Amino acid sequence: MTDTLTSREDTHELLRFATAGSVDDGKSTLIGRLLFDSKALFDDQWDAVEAVSAGRGDEYTDLALLTDGLRSEREQGITIDVAYRYFSTPERKFIIADTPGHIQYTRNMVTGASTADLALILVDARKGLVEQSRRHAFLCSLLRVPHIVLCVNKMDLVDYDEAVFKKIENEFAAFATKLEVPDLTVIPVSALKGDNVVNRSENMPWFQGPSLLHHLEKVHIASDRNLVDVRFPVQHVIRPHSNDNHDFRGYAGQIASGVMKPGDEVMVLPSGFTSRIASIETADGPLDEAFPPLSVTVRLEDELDVSRGDMLCRPGNQARVSQDIEAMVCWMDEARPLKLRGKYAVKHTTSDVRAIVKDVQYQLDINTLHRDESATELKLNEIGRVTLRTTKPLLCDDYRRNRATGGFIIIDEADNRTVGAGIIV
Amino acid sequence: MSDYRISHIAALEAEAIFIFREVAATCQRPVLLFSGGKDSIVMLHLAQKAFAPAPIPFPVMHVDTGQNFAEVIDYRDRRVAEAGVQLIVASVQDAIDRGMVVEPPDGTRNRIQTPVLLEAAEKYQFDALFGGARRDEEKARAKERVFSFRDDFGQWDPKNQRPELWNLYNGRVHPGEQIRVFPLSNWTELDVWRYIGSEDIPLPEVYFSAERQVVDRGGMLYAVNEFIKPREGEEVFYEKIRYRTVGDANLTAGVRSEATTIDEIIAEVEVTRITERGATRGDDKTSEAAMEDRKREGYF
Ligand SMILES: Nc1nc2c(ncn2[C@@H]2O[C@H](COP(=O)(O)OP(=O)(O)OP(=O)(O)O)[C@@H](O)[C@H]2O)c(=O)[nH]1
Ligand SMILES: [Mg+2]
Repeated sequence: MTDTLTSREDTHELLRFATAGSVDDGKSTLIGRLLFDSKALFDDQWDAVEAVSAGRGDEYTDLALLTDGLRSEREQGITIDVAYRYFSTPERKFIIADTPGHIQYTRNMVTGASTADLALILVDARKGLVEQSRRHAFLCSLLRVPHIVLCVNKMDLVDYDEAVFKKIENEFAAFATKLEVPDLTVIPVSALKGDNVVNRSENMPWFQGPSLLHHLEKVHIASDRNLVDVRFPVQHVIRPHSNDNHDFRGYAGQIASGVMKPGDEVMVLPSGFTSRIASIETADGPLDEAFPPLSVTVRLEDELDVSRGDMLCRPGNQARVSQDIEAMVCWMDEARPLKLRGKYAVKHTTSDVRAIVKDVQYQLDINTLHRDESATELKLNEIGRVTLRTTKPLLCDDYRRNRATGGFIIIDEADNRTVGAGIIV
Repeated sequence: MSDYRISHIAALEAEAIFIFREVAATCQRPVLLFSGGKDSIVMLHLAQKAFAPAPIPFPVMHVDTGQNFAEVIDYRDRRVAEAGVQLIVASVQDAIDRGMVVEPPDGTRNRIQTPVLLEAAEKYQFDALFGGARRDEEKARAKERVFSFRDDFGQWDPKNQRPELWNLYNGRVHPGEQIRVFPLSNWTELDVWRYIGSEDIPLPEVYFSAERQVVDRGGMLYAVNEFIKPREGEEVFYEKIRYRTVGDANLTAGVRSEATTIDEIIAEVEVTRITERGATRGDDKTSEAAMEDRKREGYF
């Protein structure tokens, strides 16, 4: 009984990680192996995959089938869209996003990586770094995924040779110096055979580091959050029109960063009015303090005009209020490129605005990181720096300082598709 | 709390509440699909928490196949009244009577729910439909976005989903199109049970083990009821079973269990080796891609 009670209230920390790397480098196989060796699979899931594999005449059960669940994925033997999988160990709870390596589906890789605490970048030991590995490494650094693990995979096909591993490790390290990679770990693995995935490999005694799972369980993520800058984008105003709660007026939202306490002085942006936090409400009662990622309802001491899209912060530490936005943009639409003077809808925190592209400053070559300043548009999967002018000010920070207030999406106003990801610089 | 860490269940709750509020603030006419099953019970609970102390600002809808566990329908009506929300019932029986859909020869109504759902969505002009589906349930669901776009025909196109970055959900649609929204996307079955336990959410009795009259069909135990009558030569016997999911009474099998409390259920789920659907659903086995195909047609 005590056991179940503790497990009911368990305080596992959550780690979200995403795979990345070129097509066929073994991302899905690695996830399958991780789930299989950590006994996170259900019997019927495994039986189903075994049956499909046997039916196709595979020599061995294809572990990638555990995440490649769509009909077209199985037909083509590639991943097309992100698959989410969940597992936990006594140490942690994991949310895995297994993303596609194929260039055509880069937008889906970006989808998976945008919320990740950690990215596993896979490289095929026989091929070394290819353009797509660089693109994904660049995207991970652009999205500021705080922790990167480079998995040099398919070591079984290069006789578990340390020299091959070292060469790729050095090559990646050289490329990474041009990027911002706060924390890099490199592990030689065989996703197919299981070396260094859950268990340390006996085939690579020269490698002293941890297995992948061990690293995932131990990597320190608590300090990745921004607990300094109070940013509370107002999502929804709660005003019950009932006799019991006649005077209740609360600002509902999820704390983007910082720690808020009742009594704290706050400033409302963009109006600039100040007040104090009267209380921080939840359905379970008021809180003494609130921090990310809690969803709460904040009440202020004064009656101010506050609505969705506004932001609470501290008078001495405010978000930027600006209609001129400098951003790196990753374009994700195959139908139409991002165009100079093009008009789009932009969603940033809880605010919806319109924007015009004032300038395309450059387009970036992923391999060389060379800047092409003659560019006037960004096509599918291209990344470049642009200047936007918005109809209303954004309440924002540099993405490098604050992932929650520094990112935005660009939406095509004609067909409502999400066509671009923006990172404020 | 002093080190500013929260449990993963608390993080999942915060995410779900954010999603509910986001839809309420940005979509014109949302609706919550509510069947009286445990996932939709958790959804209703979360929706209440998201807007407290105000009431839930949208109605709930049950696409009623008419093949329910009676007790679950009682629970549904009680819960909806307590929450003070409007209940819309889209009746599959009614659609059959009108000739809008044809009952399949085997009597299963899972698939013909889809046109009924879409008709109701059109009638009430719902542009956002909350569902309790979780990505851990099935391999096609594992691929779906939190805000999942459906075209004029309610269809899901798995090869052409909208990118979904950070928590910036794009709920924009043209009239006739919809977003299906899944606040429990990142929850597992175990998370749901633990949450029910820690929040003390009451459940219909079918979720708890009791001695029930059953028949064994292909290794699955079905309780004998209005919809499941023993067939010629089938042996009826008593077994202690409970339900892990509650779908149509004629399709959902129970599992052998001794668990009569939530804590006991959690303890069983922690060590189970079979997925929820694998253990209980007679409707997903028809083909390898059964769920994907149904979703393409507009199913949840
Ligand atoms: N020998 C060997 N083969 C591997 C290893 N890892 C993966 N493979 C094989 O490489 C092929 C591609 O593997 P996937 O896991 O589908 O590759 P992926 O990176 O997920 O590919 P996309 O998702 O389409 O980008 C499959 O045939 C795997 O069996 C490994 O460590 N050793
Ligand atoms: Mg793959």
